[in-house]
Amino acid sequence: MSARDNILARLRAAPAGEALPLPDVAAWYAAAAPAEAATPVERFRANIEAAHAEVHDTDAASWPALLARIAGAKNVRRLLVGNGAPEAAALAGHADAALQLVPYVEPASRWRDDFFDGIDAALTPARSAIADTGSLILWPDATAPRLMSLVPAIHFVLLDAAAIHRDLYTAMKAERWADGMPTNALVISGPSKTADIQQTLAYGAHGPRELVVLLLRRPS
Amino acid sequence: MSAQPVEFHPSFAERSKAAIDDPHLRQSFRGAMDFLQAKRRAQFPDAEELGRLRDLGAAIRRYALANLPQLLEQLEGKLTANGVKVHWAETPAEANAIVLGIARRHAAKRMVKGKSMVSEECGFNHAMEAAGIEALETDMGEYIVQLAGEGPSHIIMPAIHKTKQQIAQLFAEKLPGVKYTENVDALIRIGREVLRKKFAAADIGLSGVNFAVAETGTLFLVENEGNGRMCTTVPKVHVAITDIEKVVAKLEHVTVLNTLLPRSATGQAVETYQNFISGPRKPDELDGPDEVHLILLDNGRTQAYSDVQLRATLQCIRCGACMNHCPVYARIGGHAYGTVYPGPIGAIISPHLLGLESTYPLAFASTLCGACAEVCPVRIPIVDILIRLRTEAQARPDAAHLRGSGTARTAGVSAIWRAWSVIYSRLGLYRLTTWFMSRSRALSPTEQGAWTRSRTPLVPAPKRLRDLLRERRR
Repeated sequence: MSARDNILARLRAAPAGEALPLPDVAAWYAAAAPAEAATPVERFRANIEAAHAEVHDTDAASWPALLARIAGAKNVRRLLVGNGAPEAAALAGHADAALQLVPYVEPASRWRDDFFDGIDAALTPARSAIADTGSLILWPDATAPRLMSLVPAIHFVLLDAAAIHRDLYTAMKAERWADGMPTNALVISGPSKTADIQQTLAYGAHGPRELVVLLLRRPS
Repeated sequence: MSAQPVEFHPSFAERSKAAIDDPHLRQSFRGAMDFLQAKRRAQFPDAEELGRLRDLGAAIRRYALANLPQLLEQLEGKLTANGVKVHWAETPAEANAIVLGIARRHAAKRMVKGKSMVSEECGFNHAMEAAGIEALETDMGEYIVQLAGEGPSHIIMPAIHKTKQQIAQLFAEKLPGVKYTENVDALIRIGREVLRKKFAAADIGLSGVNFAVAETGTLFLVENEGNGRMCTTVPKVHVAITDIEKVVAKLEHVTVLNTLLPRSATGQAVETYQNFISGPRKPDELDGPDEVHLILLDNGRTQAYSDVQLRATLQCIRCGACMNHCPVYARIGGHAYGTVYPGPIGAIISPHLLGLESTYPLAFASTLCGACAEVCPVRIPIVDILIRLRTEAQARPDAAHLRGSGTARTAGVSAIWRAWSVIYSRLGLYRLTTWFMSRSRALSPTEQGAWTRSRTPLVPAPKRLRDLLRERRR
């Protein structure tokens, strides 16, 4: 008998407990206290700023100029962008000698040293966001690979203000996650941090030191 | 199953004594526990809502356990379909052998590790070192305790027993070119720089798992630092190791449990990173591991599962709130327990991992105050289980249910209980005995072991209850 068979056999031989219904998660979220007076955008912003992220209000037309300005202020010289990503195209006109756009073309394993040491920041879109916890949802893919939100010291994120859900459960249901998960899905709630030395909070543990959200609002 | 009983030297009592005599350690733990308790309280301002949320969390975990064999098979099926290789291990030795097999196939020499208590349970780092493979801890706290040649003293905050002065000293001594600094930001930057090079050069990344979702075949991992994501994304092989009870039925169950987990653990509303891994990288993806493995470890869980009362032990989501609120843990710290899992959860899970022979003193190291059960986010009846384990430790051979049951039962204790049962089942003998005792109070010993160390000696009452009642009736 294999380890698998032995383990399953022991579990099956155990006395059955009482039959339990599938817990009603939907009812919990439906009954949970209704959101405060603040809008989802305001709550998202307050929560992620409390976690040490920067949030800038902008819109679909003006974010590239804003990003170029912020990147300049932060001394970002080489900005990693997704290969063939629409945001890379939108930003192309703002690249110059001071701000170089580096498209993520090769698999990470082939240019790891340059990736880890030579890239100052990365830009990715967020799929959506969560108001309750101030979190960004990313589904990395070929045009926005996983390590873009992890390796560079600064992570710029484009977020459509209309894509902010109340909580992760609502986002999961609205986006039908259970029907098909990507190889990697991420929920990011601020820059990397640690409190492992005497409960003292420090940012930039292993991931980005700075998380900068460009919040795209629709002109009203 | 590894049947060899584990023996601890020095004993639990000796280690606790040493810990209590160490003022630095006491200060570290007291400060950390007060901090964590206050932060948790602030996260749950509404006691009623917390109560309902705990009910739901408990229901989710109980549902998963009630359907454990089916869910494990479903998880295996989904993960396999997603391209993840699933392995099963009955013992830590088997789990280590599986990882070594994977490492050999890739000629791997360097391994980076995200935080994993199950790997601690396996003595994983030593097993890898013995095979010539570097297994480097990358969580800042774990990195610090590994550098110091120690183990974690808390399941969430491994270096909680260390002051920043001790860490500054450690870095200055062990890391070439590093000067003594007590600046926490500077210390973290030093760790970051050392470990980034290690991530980039590693052949294998090893991680634990917070929850494994049967419905979608997803491994859910949380962290604040980003080292976990490095370990699961940068090396070409990712090996996740977890215990069989971490499975949940539905993806949505994760959202509820992770509403409880960070708030109970560190008093934060949410972790920086929630990492949902459902497979290796696809051909068009530019990063992520080529291979993902999951090792499902039993190591005694099936013993806990076989008992309807003790099964609740497996509801645990490893938040550490029970130890943060335990008056015993706060005073003796994590290392005194001598087990990988310290505190109240350590006292109730360790007997299944190691046998009651070596671990029963932990069940007695409790005032039964119930703080642990009161804060447990999934309502594990920890006090009832502690009492049950005490009973098991003293069990007669015909009433033994666990590995090591009856170990604490000495010939003296057995004789006393036999005498008690004879006396209490014969009325005449009972009356005679109590009459004799009430008249021979002067013969009571003044030294009564641990009892008289801080209390007055026990002496029988001068009058028996039946004598008092008779007097009253007159």
